[in-house]
Amino acid sequence: MSYIAPEELKKKAGDILEDLKGKELKAKDRIAIPLQEMPSQDPKVRKGNMDEVALGYFEEQVKVEALRCLQCKNAPCIKGCPVAINIPGFILAAAEGDYGKSLSIIKETSLLPAICGRVCPQESQCQLYCTVGKSLKDVEQSVSIGRIERFVADYARKAKAASVPECKPDTGKKVAVIGSGPASITVAADVRKEGHQVTIFEAFHKPGGVMVYGIPEFRLPKAIVEDEIQTLIAMGCELKTNYLIGRTRKISDLMEKDGYDAVFIGTGAGLPKFMNIEGENLIGVFSANEYLTRVNLMKAYEKERSDTPIYQAKKVAVLGGGNVAMDAARSALRMGADEVHLLYRRTEKEMPARVEEVAHAKEEGVQFHFLRNPKRIIGNDTDRVTGLEVLKYELGEPDDSGRRRPVVIKDSEYVMDIDTVIVAIGNNSNPLIEKTTPGLETNKWGNIVADGNGKTSMDGVYAGGDIVLGAATVILAMGEGRRAAASINARLAGQ
Amino acid sequence: MNRIIEKTQLSQEVFRMTFEAPDIARERKPGQFIIIQLDTEYGERIPLTIADADSEKGTVTIIFQAVGKTTHLLASYEPGQHIENVLGPLGQPTHIENFGTAVCVGGGIGVAPLHPIAQALEKAGNRVIIIIGARNKELIIMEEEMRAIADELIICTDDGSYGRKALVTEPLKEQCEKNPDLAVAIGPPVMMKFCAETTRPYGIHTVVSLNTIMVDGTGMCGGCRVTVGGETRFVCVDGPEFDGHLVDFDNMIRRLGSYKSQEDDAHHKCHLDLKIEAEKQK
Repeated sequence: MSYIAPEELKKKAGDILEDLKGKELKAKDRIAIPLQEMPSQDPKVRKGNMDEVALGYFEEQVKVEALRCLQCKNAPCIKGCPVAINIPGFILAAAEGDYGKSLSIIKETSLLPAICGRVCPQESQCQLYCTVGKSLKDVEQSVSIGRIERFVADYARKAKAASVPECKPDTGKKVAVIGSGPASITVAADVRKEGHQVTIFEAFHKPGGVMVYGIPEFRLPKAIVEDEIQTLIAMGCELKTNYLIGRTRKISDLMEKDGYDAVFIGTGAGLPKFMNIEGENLIGVFSANEYLTRVNLMKAYEKERSDTPIYQAKKVAVLGGGNVAMDAARSALRMGADEVHLLYRRTEKEMPARVEEVAHAKEEGVQFHFLRNPKRIIGNDTDRVTGLEVLKYELGEPDDSGRRRPVVIKDSEYVMDIDTVIVAIGNNSNPLIEKTTPGLETNKWGNIVADGNGKTSMDGVYAGGDIVLGAATVILAMGEGRRAAASINARLAGQ
Repeated sequence: MNRIIEKTQLSQEVFRMTFEAPDIARERKPGQFIIIQLDTEYGERIPLTIADADSEKGTVTIIFQAVGKTTHLLASYEPGQHIENVLGPLGQPTHIENFGTAVCVGGGIGVAPLHPIAQALEKAGNRVIIIIGARNKELIIMEEEMRAIADELIICTDDGSYGRKALVTEPLKEQCEKNPDLAVAIGPPVMMKFCAETTRPYGIHTVVSLNTIMVDGTGMCGGCRVTVGGETRFVCVDGPEFDGHLVDFDNMIRRLGSYKSQEDDAHHKCHLDLKIEAEKQK
């Protein structure tokens, strides 16, 4: 994918619209309409700034892209959406230029369209099932559902048309929501709407969870997350930052002493995994969590103003192939690294990162090394990283996940000249709540056990998002939050 | 929230500060720590130890040394001002029981976190021998508080300006001869390392409390990781206390220097700022 300037994309879309004006479109005409690329900042410019890379569709583009939708009767895309958004419905409204209606259709089931439109892995969800993509035998040619979603959400944001949802009269019931990421935000909104009091407890000094500490500004502007939080506060939710449930207060105290009628645990998957290889505690080795938190939440990218130091990395190796790995690699470039290498032990096809993030990373100059895995990290006599010993792999038989298992090639070691290593191979769940809440059942990975309605083994205690699923996505967390909120509301209504 | 009640300058760079934090005052146990941040947008998060707390008044007392930008700024705060963000209590509490005889060693401002631990050990029925040390007389802190707890209090200074002219390891070795049941050492990493080396030949279980680089303090970043008995552990959630005989102090000390060049610049700048401030006041 080569870079096309935004103005050119806008002009092309305008021409197409002009062409299609007044024409009756059959399915084959719609399929023939070219996919609208996402306008983005010039790669040469953006790797020197933290501003959002994807700029969002122009109105001309959203109209063209919406016309590509076949409005399939069976709507296969909906089945691919974890929260079953009425996708053909909102796209039709967008095609008609009624963005307000389009947004309200999305909001029937999704609470965070401006966020999900940006960070959902659409190509493995809704867009995977799109008939247009299937006809063209290329999932990347599917209707850009996420980009249209983002446009209608941003349109309302820009027009300041997003209203504060109405809440029912006070019921006198109290709900504690632990964490302030996507699952918790969803629960807080849905429970508050029913008239219950909501207190959100966040351990960090700022709310938003992974959307604030993890996902970088250039992919998800913090102002969007902040808007969602402000909406909750306008609805009457109380927010307590610097409050670590399990340490500052225990769940049992919330329920027995502080009068909360229900508790929702949405604390996410916070404990970084390391590789357990030699040299991992050398200076210059970071978890992606630490690196990204320093850059994002602590704003190390504003070097003159932020008090939080960031390691002066010149030659960086990022280990992993997910979105977090892409975020870390692209952040390292923006923090001034000369070279950023990304090592993944399978091939590009198996990489779990969003296609768009991989493409952006490549455009910005991240160097990808597939079928590679580190063997050990090499340091000097002051324990600073000087190199990475790497093993080559090849793909073998499929494993339990259905992906072909990477197999090490014997004696294939070589050393890369590296001064910084960022480990982005996933997270485990944080054991703090489990350890401080006797009676709360967890599985062997430390995830809280919850049923389809978010109910845990403890009466009145619900959980959802990554703390239940293991590391997953914003939209799955939101879906879990919706179900848990419904179940909390049902419980409180019955009391 | 977090309103400062009292501030005392204990020495040129060491301050004692008491502030309102009722939740932390109620929940904190010996061995635990807090994280503070002075500015929500641009401030850094730094771990500080708890020297004392009063659950009835809802106050927490910290003793800190002005070494970096944040601690210098905090030192300039006056009663009535608020600390913007305080998180805690963090970390695992000290395991307290009646061991028999416990030797507690505190170096520099390490005496501050040692205080609640020694207090709890004493309360649990232990015979508590306390050794406190510092470079000179001026830097000895909490002498009276420690004297009130200790069955025996030994003070040493590097320059002999107060108490014995000795490093803390010297009286510690003498105590080891008497077969104590537990040693606790808190202070600069090098001091803890040598305390652990002192007790090792005697086979006395030695608890050390580590203060490493941290961001969140809740297990999320892993910046605080140390090698203990060949395994990686997180100081913020697995610690801060570990078996001193198993900690890889050399690696820990080097890791503390991860951002040294940037910190030196900040320290230098802080001192310049303080100097300018002092000049202005003249």
